[in-house]
Amino acid sequence: MLSAQALRTWSWLHKWSSLVCTLFMLLLCLTGLPLIFHHEIGHLLGTEVETPAMPAGTPRASLDRVLDAARAAHPDRVVQFASLDEDDPNLWFVTMTPTPDPTDDFRSVAVDARTAGILAQPRFDEGFMWVMFKLHVDLFAGLAGKLFLGLMGLLLLVAIVSGVVLYAPFMRRLAFGEVRRDKSPRIRWLDLHNLLGIATLTWAFVVGATGMINTWADLLFKYWQHDQLTGLLAPYRGQPLAPVAERASVQASMEAALARAPGMKVSFLAFPGTAFSSPHHTTFYLRGDEPLTSRLLQPVLVDARTAQVTAAPDTPWYLTALLVSQPLHFGDYAGMPMKILWALLDIVTMVVLGSGLYLWLKRRQPRTLLQEAGVALPEAAR
Amino acid sequence: MSPFRRTWGAPLALALLSASGLVSALVSEHWGDAWSWVALGVPVAVMAWHAFRPASRPPGHR
Repeated sequence: MLSAQALRTWSWLHKWSSLVCTLFMLLLCLTGLPLIFHHEIGHLLGTEVETPAMPAGTPRASLDRVLDAARAAHPDRVVQFASLDEDDPNLWFVTMTPTPDPTDDFRSVAVDARTAGILAQPRFDEGFMWVMFKLHVDLFAGLAGKLFLGLMGLLLLVAIVSGVVLYAPFMRRLAFGEVRRDKSPRIRWLDLHNLLGIATLTWAFVVGATGMINTWADLLFKYWQHDQLTGLLAPYRGQPLAPVAERASVQASMEAALARAPGMKVSFLAFPGTAFSSPHHTTFYLRGDEPLTSRLLQPVLVDARTAQVTAAPDTPWYLTALLVSQPLHFGDYAGMPMKILWALLDIVTMVVLGSGLYLWLKRRQPRTLLQEAGVALPEAAR
Repeated sequence: MSPFRRTWGAPLALALLSASGLVSALVSEHWGDAWSWVALGVPVAVMAWHAFRPASRPPGHR
Protein backbone atom coordinates (compact mmCIF):
# COMPACT_ATOMS: atom_id res chain seq x y z
CA MET A 1 0.00 0.00 0.00
CA LEU A 2 1.21 3.48 -0.80
CA SER A 3 2.28 5.63 2.12
CA ALA A 4 0.68 9.06 2.39
CA GLN A 5 3.95 10.62 1.20
CA ALA A 6 4.23 8.26 -1.79
CA LEU A 7 0.63 8.91 -2.78
CA ARG A 8 1.33 12.66 -2.72
CA THR A 9 4.44 12.25 -4.84
CA TRP A 10 2.77 10.03 -7.45
CA SER A 11 -0.27 12.34 -7.56
CA TRP A 12 2.01 15.32 -8.16
CA LEU A 13 3.83 13.42 -10.91
CA HIS A 14 0.60 12.30 -12.57
CA LYS A 15 -0.91 15.77 -12.40
CA TRP A 16 2.01 17.70 -13.86
CA SER A 17 3.18 15.18 -16.47
CA SER A 18 -0.40 14.99 -17.80
CA LEU A 19 -1.14 18.70 -17.63
CA VAL A 20 1.92 19.63 -19.64
CA CYS A 21 1.37 17.07 -22.41
CA THR A 22 -2.46 16.79 -22.57
CA LEU A 23 -3.18 19.46 -25.18
CA PHE A 24 -0.39 18.20 -27.44
CA MET A 25 -1.54 14.61 -26.95
CA LEU A 26 -5.10 15.58 -27.91
CA LEU A 27 -3.66 17.19 -31.05
CA LEU A 28 -1.63 14.04 -31.80
CA CYS A 29 -4.66 11.78 -31.28
CA LEU A 30 -6.82 13.98 -33.53
CA THR A 31 -4.27 14.28 -36.33
CA GLY A 32 -3.26 10.63 -36.01
CA LEU A 33 -6.83 9.45 -36.61
CA PRO A 34 -6.91 10.27 -40.37
CA LEU A 35 -3.28 9.16 -40.72
CA ILE A 36 -4.27 5.60 -39.70
CA PHE A 37 -6.37 5.49 -42.88
CA HIS A 38 -4.07 7.50 -45.18
CA HIS A 39 -4.07 4.71 -47.78
CA GLU A 40 -7.87 4.50 -47.90
CA ILE A 41 -8.27 8.29 -47.87
CA GLY A 42 -5.77 8.52 -50.74
CA HIS A 43 -7.89 6.08 -52.73
CA LEU A 44 -11.03 8.09 -52.03
CA LEU A 45 -9.38 11.38 -53.00
CA GLY A 46 -7.92 9.77 -56.11
CA THR A 47 -4.36 10.63 -55.12
CA GLU A 48 -3.21 7.01 -55.01
CA VAL A 49 -1.33 6.04 -58.17
CA GLU A 50 -2.32 2.85 -60.02
CA THR A 51 -0.24 1.11 -62.67
CA PRO A 52 -1.97 -0.05 -65.87
CA ALA A 53 -2.51 -3.81 -66.26
CA MET A 54 0.04 -5.54 -68.49
CA PRO A 55 0.71 -9.21 -69.19
CA ALA A 56 2.56 -10.98 -66.37
CA GLY A 57 6.26 -11.14 -67.08
CA THR A 58 6.39 -7.83 -68.95
CA PRO A 59 10.08 -6.93 -68.77
CA ARG A 60 11.15 -4.10 -66.51
CA ALA A 61 12.83 -0.97 -67.73
CA SER A 62 16.32 -0.13 -66.50
CA LEU A 63 16.25 1.84 -63.25
CA ASP A 64 18.48 4.41 -64.98
CA ARG A 65 15.69 5.14 -67.47
CA VAL A 66 13.20 5.46 -64.62
CA LEU A 67 15.45 8.02 -62.93
CA ASP A 68 16.05 9.84 -66.22
CA ALA A 69 12.30 10.24 -66.66
CA ALA A 70 12.03 11.84 -63.22
CA ARG A 71 15.06 14.08 -63.88
CA ALA A 72 13.56 15.20 -67.19
CA ALA A 73 10.42 16.26 -65.34
CA HIS A 74 12.48 18.27 -62.83
CA PRO A 75 15.78 19.25 -64.47
CA ASP A 76 16.47 21.80 -61.72
CA ARG A 77 16.39 19.14 -58.96
CA VAL A 78 18.43 16.12 -57.84
CA VAL A 79 17.21 12.63 -57.02
CA GLN A 80 17.20 12.13 -53.26
CA PHE A 81 15.40 8.81 -52.91
CA ALA A 82 13.67 6.24 -55.07
CA SER A 83 11.31 3.74 -53.49
CA LEU A 84 9.43 0.75 -54.78
CA ASP A 85 5.76 0.75 -53.79
CA GLU A 86 5.12 -1.76 -50.99
CA ASP A 87 2.05 -3.27 -52.66
CA ASP A 88 2.80 -2.72 -56.35
CA PRO A 89 6.29 -3.81 -57.49
CA ASN A 90 5.72 -2.08 -60.84
CA LEU A 91 5.61 1.36 -59.29
CA TRP A 92 8.64 3.55 -58.50
CA PHE A 93 8.36 6.78 -56.55
CA VAL A 94 11.28 9.11 -57.21
CA THR A 95 11.78 11.99 -54.76
CA MET A 96 13.29 15.14 -56.32
CA THR A 97 14.73 17.92 -54.14
CA PRO A 98 16.84 21.05 -54.73
CA THR A 99 19.88 19.53 -52.92
CA PRO A 100 20.60 16.18 -51.21
CA ASP A 101 19.87 17.77 -47.82
CA PRO A 102 16.70 16.96 -45.84
CA THR A 103 13.90 19.33 -46.83
CA ASP A 104 10.14 19.75 -47.06
CA ASP A 105 10.57 21.09 -50.60
CA PHE A 106 10.19 17.88 -52.59
CA ARG A 107 8.40 16.61 -55.69
CA SER A 108 7.36 12.98 -56.09
CA VAL A 109 7.35 11.40 -59.53
CA ALA A 110 5.50 8.09 -59.95
CA VAL A 111 7.13 6.06 -62.72
CA ASP A 112 6.01 2.76 -64.26
CA ALA A 113 8.83 0.24 -63.65
CA ARG A 114 8.10 -1.50 -66.99
CA THR A 115 7.84 1.43 -69.40
CA ALA A 116 9.81 4.11 -67.50
CA GLY A 117 6.84 6.36 -68.31
CA ILE A 118 5.65 8.92 -65.78
CA LEU A 119 2.26 7.89 -64.35
CA ALA A 120 1.60 10.83 -62.08
CA GLN A 121 3.23 13.52 -60.01
CA PRO A 122 1.23 13.30 -56.79
CA ARG A 123 1.72 16.23 -54.43
CA PHE A 124 2.23 14.79 -50.96
CA ASP A 125 3.25 18.21 -49.64
CA GLU A 126 -0.10 19.95 -49.71
CA GLY A 127 -3.73 19.46 -48.75
CA PHE A 128 -5.52 18.15 -45.68
CA MET A 129 -3.45 15.00 -45.17
CA TRP A 130 -0.17 16.92 -45.41
CA VAL A 131 -1.35 19.35 -42.71
CA MET A 132 -2.40 16.41 -40.51
CA PHE A 133 0.95 14.74 -41.15
CA LYS A 134 3.05 17.79 -40.35
CA LEU A 135 1.04 18.64 -37.21
CA HIS A 136 1.47 15.04 -36.11
CA VAL A 137 5.18 14.72 -36.88
CA ASP A 138 6.87 18.07 -36.23
CA LEU A 139 4.32 20.92 -35.85
CA PHE A 140 5.85 22.45 -39.03
CA ALA A 141 9.02 23.07 -36.98
CA GLY A 142 11.46 20.49 -38.36
CA LEU A 143 13.77 18.58 -36.05
CA ALA A 144 13.04 20.91 -33.12
CA GLY A 145 9.32 20.18 -33.48
CA LYS A 146 9.96 16.44 -33.62
CA LEU A 147 12.10 16.47 -30.50
CA PHE A 148 9.56 18.63 -28.70
CA LEU A 149 6.78 16.16 -29.50
CA GLY A 150 9.12 13.35 -28.41
CA LEU A 151 9.46 15.07 -25.05
CA MET A 152 5.67 15.32 -24.81
CA GLY A 153 5.59 11.58 -25.56
CA LEU A 154 7.99 10.97 -22.69
CA LEU A 155 5.69 12.94 -20.37
CA LEU A 156 2.78 10.80 -21.58
CA LEU A 157 4.73 7.69 -20.55
CA VAL A 158 5.35 9.22 -17.11
CA ALA A 159 1.64 10.02 -16.87
CA ILE A 160 0.74 6.43 -17.81
CA VAL A 161 3.10 4.86 -15.28
CA SER A 162 2.05 7.22 -12.47
CA GLY A 163 -1.58 6.64 -13.43
CA VAL A 164 -1.08 2.88 -13.03
CA VAL A 165 0.44 3.41 -9.57
CA LEU A 166 -2.53 5.58 -8.56
CA TYR A 167 -5.03 3.06 -9.93
CA ALA A 168 -4.80 0.80 -6.87
CA PRO A 169 -5.70 3.30 -4.10
CA PHE A 170 -8.61 4.60 -6.18
CA MET A 171 -9.94 1.12 -6.88
CA ARG A 172 -9.55 -0.41 -3.43
CA ARG A 173 -13.28 -0.56 -2.70
CA LEU A 174 -14.45 -1.04 -6.27
CA ALA A 175 -14.81 -4.00 -8.59
CA PHE A 176 -13.06 -3.84 -11.95
CA GLY A 177 -15.01 -1.67 -14.36
CA GLU A 178 -17.39 -0.34 -11.75
CA VAL A 179 -18.69 3.08 -12.73
CA ARG A 180 -20.59 4.82 -9.92
CA ARG A 181 -23.49 6.35 -11.81
CA ASP A 182 -25.41 7.24 -8.68
CA LYS A 183 -22.68 9.66 -7.55
CA SER A 184 -21.67 13.09 -8.83
CA PRO A 185 -20.57 13.53 -12.48
CA ARG A 186 -17.06 14.02 -11.14
CA ILE A 187 -17.01 10.54 -9.55
CA ARG A 188 -18.59 9.00 -12.64
CA TRP A 189 -15.87 10.51 -14.83
CA LEU A 190 -13.18 9.47 -12.37
CA ASP A 191 -14.34 5.87 -12.60
CA LEU A 192 -14.47 6.07 -16.40
CA HIS A 193 -11.02 7.66 -16.49
CA ASN A 194 -9.65 4.78 -14.40
CA LEU A 195 -11.43 2.09 -16.42
CA LEU A 196 -10.46 3.44 -19.85
CA GLY A 197 -6.96 4.33 -18.72
CA ILE A 198 -6.16 0.91 -17.29
CA ALA A 199 -7.77 -1.04 -20.15
CA THR A 200 -5.80 0.87 -22.82
CA LEU A 201 -2.59 0.80 -20.79
CA THR A 202 -0.50 -1.50 -23.01
CA TRP A 203 -1.66 0.02 -26.28
CA ALA A 204 -1.18 3.63 -25.15
CA PHE A 205 2.24 2.87 -23.68
CA VAL A 206 3.43 1.07 -26.82
CA VAL A 207 2.08 3.72 -29.22
CA GLY A 208 3.45 6.50 -27.02
CA ALA A 209 6.89 4.92 -26.65
CA THR A 210 7.24 4.01 -30.34
CA GLY A 211 6.05 7.48 -31.33
CA MET A 212 8.76 8.96 -29.13
CA ILE A 213 11.38 6.67 -30.71
CA ASN A 214 10.21 7.73 -34.18
CA THR A 215 10.93 11.37 -33.30
CA TRP A 216 14.58 10.38 -32.95
CA ALA A 217 14.79 8.83 -36.46
CA ASP A 218 16.87 11.67 -37.96
CA LEU A 219 19.29 11.63 -35.05
CA LEU A 220 19.57 7.83 -35.05
CA PHE A 221 20.47 7.77 -38.74
CA LYS A 222 23.03 10.57 -38.18
CA TYR A 223 24.54 8.58 -35.34
CA TRP A 224 24.53 5.44 -37.50
CA GLN A 225 26.50 7.26 -40.20
CA HIS A 226 29.01 8.37 -37.59
CA ASP A 227 29.09 5.06 -35.72
CA GLN A 228 29.07 2.53 -38.57
CA LEU A 229 30.11 4.34 -41.72
CA THR A 230 33.13 6.31 -40.52
CA GLY A 231 35.43 3.29 -40.86
CA LEU A 232 33.96 2.25 -44.21
CA LEU A 233 34.44 5.75 -45.58
CA ALA A 234 38.11 6.10 -44.60
CA PRO A 235 39.35 5.25 -48.15
CA TYR A 236 37.22 8.11 -49.52
CA ARG A 237 38.69 10.75 -47.23
CA GLY A 238 39.13 14.09 -48.99
CA GLN A 239 36.89 13.22 -51.92
CA PRO A 240 33.94 15.50 -52.70
CA LEU A 241 30.34 14.33 -53.09
CA ALA A 242 30.34 11.85 -55.99
CA PRO A 243 29.55 14.06 -59.02
CA VAL A 244 26.47 12.98 -60.98
CA ALA A 245 28.49 12.82 -64.23
CA GLU A 246 30.94 10.30 -62.71
CA ARG A 247 28.31 7.95 -61.29
CA ALA A 248 27.94 4.42 -62.58
CA SER A 249 24.64 2.90 -63.68
CA VAL A 250 22.14 2.75 -60.83
CA GLN A 251 20.59 -0.36 -62.42
CA ALA A 252 24.00 -2.09 -62.21
CA SER A 253 24.35 -0.87 -58.62
CA MET A 254 20.94 -2.32 -57.75
CA GLU A 255 21.86 -5.68 -59.30
CA ALA A 256 25.08 -5.72 -57.28
CA ALA A 257 23.17 -4.91 -54.09
CA LEU A 258 20.54 -7.60 -54.70
CA ALA A 259 23.24 -10.17 -55.50
CA ARG A 260 24.74 -9.44 -52.08
CA ALA A 261 21.49 -10.31 -50.26
CA PRO A 262 19.73 -13.13 -52.14
CA GLY A 263 15.98 -13.37 -51.62
CA MET A 264 15.56 -9.77 -50.54
CA LYS A 265 13.76 -6.97 -52.39
CA VAL A 266 14.38 -3.26 -52.73
CA SER A 267 12.46 -1.13 -50.28
CA PHE A 268 14.15 2.15 -51.22
CA LEU A 269 17.48 3.59 -52.26
CA ALA A 270 19.13 6.75 -51.02
CA PHE A 271 21.45 8.73 -53.28
CA PRO A 272 24.91 10.08 -52.42
CA GLY A 273 24.95 12.89 -49.89
CA THR A 274 21.45 12.29 -48.52
CA ALA A 275 20.62 11.66 -44.87
CA PHE A 276 20.32 7.91 -45.46
CA SER A 277 23.52 7.38 -47.40
CA SER A 278 27.13 8.57 -47.58
CA PRO A 279 28.61 11.17 -49.97
CA HIS A 280 30.13 8.37 -52.05
CA HIS A 281 27.48 5.67 -52.08
CA THR A 282 24.08 4.84 -53.32
CA THR A 283 22.61 2.94 -50.37
CA PHE A 284 20.00 0.28 -51.08
CA TYR A 285 17.65 -0.67 -48.27
CA LEU A 286 16.51 -4.23 -48.83
CA ARG A 287 13.63 -5.99 -47.16
CA GLY A 288 12.44 -9.56 -46.65
CA ASP A 289 8.98 -10.97 -47.24
CA GLU A 290 7.78 -11.95 -43.76
CA PRO A 291 5.85 -9.40 -41.63
CA LEU A 292 8.88 -8.79 -39.42
CA THR A 293 11.65 -9.10 -42.03
CA SER A 294 9.79 -6.72 -44.34
CA ARG A 295 10.39 -4.07 -41.67
CA LEU A 296 13.97 -4.95 -40.78
CA LEU A 297 15.78 -3.26 -43.64
CA GLN A 298 19.25 -4.39 -44.69
CA PRO A 299 21.38 -1.49 -45.93
CA VAL A 300 23.79 -2.25 -48.78
CA LEU A 301 26.27 0.50 -49.65
CA VAL A 302 27.23 0.51 -53.31
CA ASP A 303 30.05 2.77 -54.51
CA ALA A 304 28.32 5.36 -56.67
CA ARG A 305 31.27 5.60 -59.10
CA THR A 306 32.04 1.91 -59.59
CA ALA A 307 28.73 0.12 -58.84
CA GLN A 308 30.70 -2.26 -56.58
CA VAL A 309 29.30 -3.23 -53.16
CA THR A 310 31.39 -1.61 -50.40
CA ALA A 311 29.57 -3.20 -47.47
CA ALA A 312 26.31 -4.59 -46.17
CA PRO A 313 26.69 -3.66 -42.49
CA ASP A 314 24.61 -5.42 -39.86
CA THR A 315 21.81 -3.20 -38.62
CA PRO A 316 22.75 -2.04 -35.12
CA TRP A 317 20.27 -2.50 -32.29
CA TYR A 318 19.16 1.14 -32.27
CA LEU A 319 18.14 1.05 -35.93
CA THR A 320 16.39 -2.28 -35.39
CA ALA A 321 14.46 -0.67 -32.53
CA LEU A 322 13.54 2.26 -34.78
CA LEU A 323 12.42 0.02 -37.64
CA VAL A 324 10.28 -2.20 -35.38
CA SER A 325 8.83 0.93 -33.76
CA GLN A 326 7.27 2.07 -36.98
CA PRO A 327 4.56 -0.56 -37.50
CA LEU A 328 3.86 -0.61 -33.74
CA HIS A 329 3.14 3.11 -33.94
CA PHE A 330 1.25 3.13 -37.26
CA GLY A 331 -1.00 0.09 -36.65
CA ASP A 332 -0.69 -0.83 -40.31
CA TYR A 333 0.49 -4.40 -39.98
CA ALA A 334 -2.68 -6.46 -39.61
CA GLY A 335 -5.18 -5.24 -42.14
CA MET A 336 -8.34 -3.18 -41.82
CA PRO A 337 -9.59 -4.75 -38.54
CA MET A 338 -6.42 -3.57 -36.80
CA LYS A 339 -6.76 -0.08 -38.28
CA ILE A 340 -10.32 0.14 -36.93
CA LEU A 341 -9.20 -1.04 -33.49
CA TRP A 342 -6.33 1.47 -33.64
CA ALA A 343 -8.85 4.24 -34.35
CA LEU A 344 -11.14 3.12 -31.50
CA LEU A 345 -8.25 2.95 -29.04
CA ASP A 346 -7.14 6.39 -30.25
CA ILE A 347 -10.62 7.78 -29.53
CA VAL A 348 -10.67 6.13 -26.09
CA THR A 349 -7.30 7.74 -25.37
CA MET A 350 -8.82 11.14 -26.18
CA VAL A 351 -11.59 10.39 -23.64
CA VAL A 352 -8.94 9.51 -21.03
CA LEU A 353 -7.08 12.76 -21.76
CA GLY A 354 -10.24 14.86 -21.77
CA SER A 355 -11.64 13.31 -18.58
CA GLY A 356 -8.28 13.81 -16.87
CA LEU A 357 -8.40 17.49 -17.75
CA TYR A 358 -12.00 17.72 -16.54
CA LEU A 359 -11.09 16.07 -13.22
CA TRP A 360 -8.28 18.57 -12.75
CA LEU A 361 -10.53 21.54 -13.54
CA LYS A 362 -13.10 20.28 -11.00
CA ARG A 363 -10.49 19.27 -8.46
CA ARG A 364 -11.96 20.90 -5.36
CA GLN A 365 -15.63 21.60 -5.37
CA PRO A 366 -16.51 21.45 -2.61
CA ARG A 367 -14.47 18.47 -1.36
CA THR A 368 -11.22 17.28 -2.93
CA LEU A 369 -11.47 14.44 -5.38
CA LEU A 370 -9.52 12.08 -3.14
CA GLN A 371 -11.96 12.67 -0.29
CA GLU A 372 -15.05 12.31 -2.43
CA ALA A 373 -13.72 9.18 -4.14
CA GLY A 374 -13.14 7.57 -0.75
CA VAL A 375 -9.44 6.96 -1.30
CA ALA A 376 -7.68 5.42 1.66
CA LEU A 377 -5.19 7.65 3.46
CA PRO A 378 -7.45 10.67 3.75
CA GLU A 379 -4.63 12.60 5.43
CA ALA A 380 -2.84 12.48 2.09
CA ALA A 381 -5.79 14.07 0.34
CA ARG A 382 -5.08 16.83 -2.17
CA MET B 1 -10.05 -13.45 -3.84
CA SER B 2 -6.96 -11.70 -2.54
CA PRO B 3 -7.01 -7.89 -2.60
CA PHE B 4 -4.20 -7.92 -5.15
CA ARG B 5 -6.07 -10.18 -7.54
CA ARG B 6 -9.26 -8.24 -7.01
CA THR B 7 -7.61 -4.98 -8.06
CA TRP B 8 -5.08 -6.19 -10.60
CA GLY B 9 -6.48 -9.45 -12.04
CA ALA B 10 -8.50 -7.93 -14.88
CA PRO B 11 -6.03 -5.10 -15.71
CA LEU B 12 -3.13 -7.56 -15.88
CA ALA B 13 -5.09 -9.95 -18.08
CA LEU B 14 -6.04 -7.13 -20.48
CA ALA B 15 -2.48 -5.79 -20.54
CA LEU B 16 -0.96 -9.18 -21.37
CA LEU B 17 -3.66 -9.91 -23.94
CA SER B 18 -3.04 -6.58 -25.71
CA ALA B 19 0.71 -7.15 -25.68
CA SER B 20 0.33 -10.62 -27.20
CA GLY B 21 -1.76 -9.16 -30.02
CA LEU B 22 0.68 -6.35 -30.78
CA VAL B 23 3.49 -8.91 -31.08
CA SER B 24 1.63 -11.76 -32.81
CA ALA B 25 0.77 -9.67 -35.88
CA LEU B 26 4.43 -8.69 -36.22
CA VAL B 27 5.65 -12.27 -36.42
CA SER B 28 2.89 -13.97 -38.41
CA GLU B 29 0.79 -12.73 -41.31
CA HIS B 30 -1.97 -15.31 -40.85
CA TRP B 31 -2.86 -16.52 -37.34
CA GLY B 32 -0.90 -13.60 -35.91
CA ASP B 33 -3.14 -11.03 -37.60
CA ALA B 34 -6.30 -12.83 -36.54
CA TRP B 35 -5.07 -13.12 -32.94
CA SER B 36 -4.25 -9.40 -32.85
CA TRP B 37 -7.85 -8.57 -33.76
CA VAL B 38 -9.10 -10.67 -30.82
CA ALA B 39 -6.42 -9.46 -28.43
CA LEU B 40 -7.05 -5.76 -29.11
CA GLY B 41 -10.78 -6.21 -29.64
CA VAL B 42 -11.43 -7.72 -26.21
CA PRO B 43 -10.20 -4.65 -24.25
CA VAL B 44 -12.32 -2.42 -26.50
CA ALA B 45 -15.36 -4.62 -25.90
CA VAL B 46 -14.72 -4.73 -22.12
CA MET B 47 -14.51 -0.93 -22.01
CA ALA B 48 -17.68 -0.52 -24.05
CA TRP B 49 -19.56 -3.01 -21.86
CA HIS B 50 -18.62 -1.30 -18.59
CA ALA B 51 -18.98 2.25 -19.92
CA PHE B 52 -22.39 1.84 -21.55
CA ARG B 53 -24.18 -0.83 -19.52
CA PRO B 54 -27.20 0.47 -17.62
CA ALA B 55 -26.89 0.85 -13.86
CA SER B 56 -28.31 -2.46 -12.66
CA ARG B 57 -27.22 -2.52 -9.03
CA PRO B 58 -29.20 -0.96 -6.24
CA PRO B 59 -27.88 2.39 -5.05
CA GLY B 60 -25.37 2.14 -2.25
CA HIS B 61 -24.06 -1.23 -3.38
CA ARG B 62 -20.29 -1.53 -3.19
